[in-house]
Amino acid sequence: MAKTKKIPNLCNYAMFCAGCGHGVLVRLICECLEELGQEKNVIAAIGVGCSCHLKSGINCDLVQSPHGRAAAVATGIRRAEPDKIVFTYQGDGDAYNIGLAETLNAAYRNENICVFTVNNGNFGMTGGQMAWTTMPGQKTATSPRGRNIELTGIPIKIPELVSYSFKPAYVARGAVTTPAEIKRLKGYIMNAFQAQMNKEGYSLVEVMSTCPTNWGMDPIVAQKRLIEDVIPYYELGEFKKRGE
Amino acid sequence: MGDMVKGNIAVAEAAVRAGIIVYAGYPITPSTEVMEYLSTRMEDLGREFIQAESELAAINMVMGVSACGKRVLTASSGPGISLKQEGISYMAQMEYPAVILNVVRWGNGLGSLDGSQTDYHRETRGGGNGDYRNIILCPSTVQESVDLMYEAFDIAEKYRCIVEVMTDSGLGQMMEPCEYPEFRELTKCDWGLDGTYKVKRGDFLGRNIPGESETYMKKVRAMRENEQRWEMYGEEDAEYIFVAYGMPGRVMSGLVRTMRQQGEKVGILRPITVWPFPEKAFEEMKEKNPNLKGFITVETNGEGQMVDDVALYAKKYGMGTLPVYALPYVCGVPKDDVVAADFAKVKAGEIKEVY
Repeated sequence: MAKTKKIPNLCNYAMFCAGCGHGVLVRLICECLEELGQEKNVIAAIGVGCSCHLKSGINCDLVQSPHGRAAAVATGIRRAEPDKIVFTYQGDGDAYNIGLAETLNAAYRNENICVFTVNNGNFGMTGGQMAWTTMPGQKTATSPRGRNIELTGIPIKIPELVSYSFKPAYVARGAVTTPAEIKRLKGYIMNAFQAQMNKEGYSLVEVMSTCPTNWGMDPIVAQKRLIEDVIPYYELGEFKKRGE
Repeated sequence: MGDMVKGNIAVAEAAVRAGIIVYAGYPITPSTEVMEYLSTRMEDLGREFIQAESELAAINMVMGVSACGKRVLTASSGPGISLKQEGISYMAQMEYPAVILNVVRWGNGLGSLDGSQTDYHRETRGGGNGDYRNIILCPSTVQESVDLMYEAFDIAEKYRCIVEVMTDSGLGQMMEPCEYPEFRELTKCDWGLDGTYKVKRGDFLGRNIPGESETYMKKVRAMRENEQRWEMYGEEDAEYIFVAYGMPGRVMSGLVRTMRQQGEKVGILRPITVWPFPEKAFEEMKEKNPNLKGFITVETNGEGQMVDDVALYAKKYGMGTLPVYALPYVCGVPKDDVVAADFAKVKAGEIKEVY
């Protein structure tokens, strides 16, 4: 029998641009929390940037962290409230540029939190400037001639770094592209929350997303670019499985 | 009389007894004994100790604990407190209370390890971006450090603000007998996040900024009205009032008594809060003493910082024509004979007033 999918109570109105992947990720996080029976037992630490929209996008307790510091704020929440679900919601600029130290150190300690980062290859909220995730040659507001990797470094791969260098509980990279990928991503998010509930330690799920507004593309073209040009570099899958 | 205890360890134990459930910090001389002591003390009590990767991370960990309405401490010194300003500003905005210990060391940048009062301006004006104030408590003995640290958490929760206990290398490193207060129950403020989303967020696009500011300023006015603390002596007949806090305050409290025995008409105002500045003391002086000839701050920084506030409040309470001098001794602990000799120079007109 066909099932009717209800919008989770945790979901509120999201103010993301048309075609942005954030909204799907928020919905998946809300679904997972409800399916795990944790919707009234969760505190988030959100980043600065488009992540700020979670203030209206989700009906749960959260702390607006300073730019990049969400993993440190989440650490404090975790230590104060050992039995709550604690997660961060950040963009790649927040977690991997300004917050690289806090992100890596929380992973290094194997802090029992979940970190969700949206990787859309640029700083979305401020108008599409280059981030460490920007592809070689990609034109952005601060690399209008295309990203020069000789001067600015190569696109950063934090899930790989964290899973190979530290001892986290669970690390994966998913994508908000096809229904199949979205379903797979939901499984990653579920694993991350379950690892935390099981006190296994730190989880990181990076989510590849489009940013049609700042890429200057309509959503369908942006999807095509994400799948054809970006995801081949940012391999999808589980880098550290639970219990490995 | 209690046991001899080092200042830094005494304040750490006071915070434990006040009911901190988490300490997060990063090593820095001259405050490091605080975290060394707490690394095992917290564990033994089943509480949390976090050695953070930076001061910046530490203050953000503090923010996370505070958002849950629980008691938390971080400690550092000058440069480390600089790194914490981002988090302090955010916490002021969100009205997350916390207690911070600043064991001040001299200097700009890396500075030095000498005790000093070079952080006065930053601490009394807020420190980070924005329009907020923190309550700054300045003890001058180890016992007073313990008492103020213990009470700091109540004050922080009362106003939902940051309270900083500001000591310095001298007070943090020296040993004195001290008595500890009783252990408090561990508490959670009723507004603290508990995962149930009981306090709903407003519409963050429809903010009323002037309204928000006025609500905050009401709180600042209440803090200013209710939390001024000071000690005063000899103010009723003094011609010169020394104003000094912390270690210089301690020196001057003794020296003023000696000088008065020698016939000098001097008094001492020792601010215990430097924000809010004890302006009510100026009101009292004005009422009691028509013979005042001037104010002299004794500070351990380059050319006086508190001297600005003394001049401002002298003006506010009708003593704006009196000269305000600064005797700045840069770092360390001012010596009795040096201050006495400089006082003679003030009277002889050899040291000019700042205002």
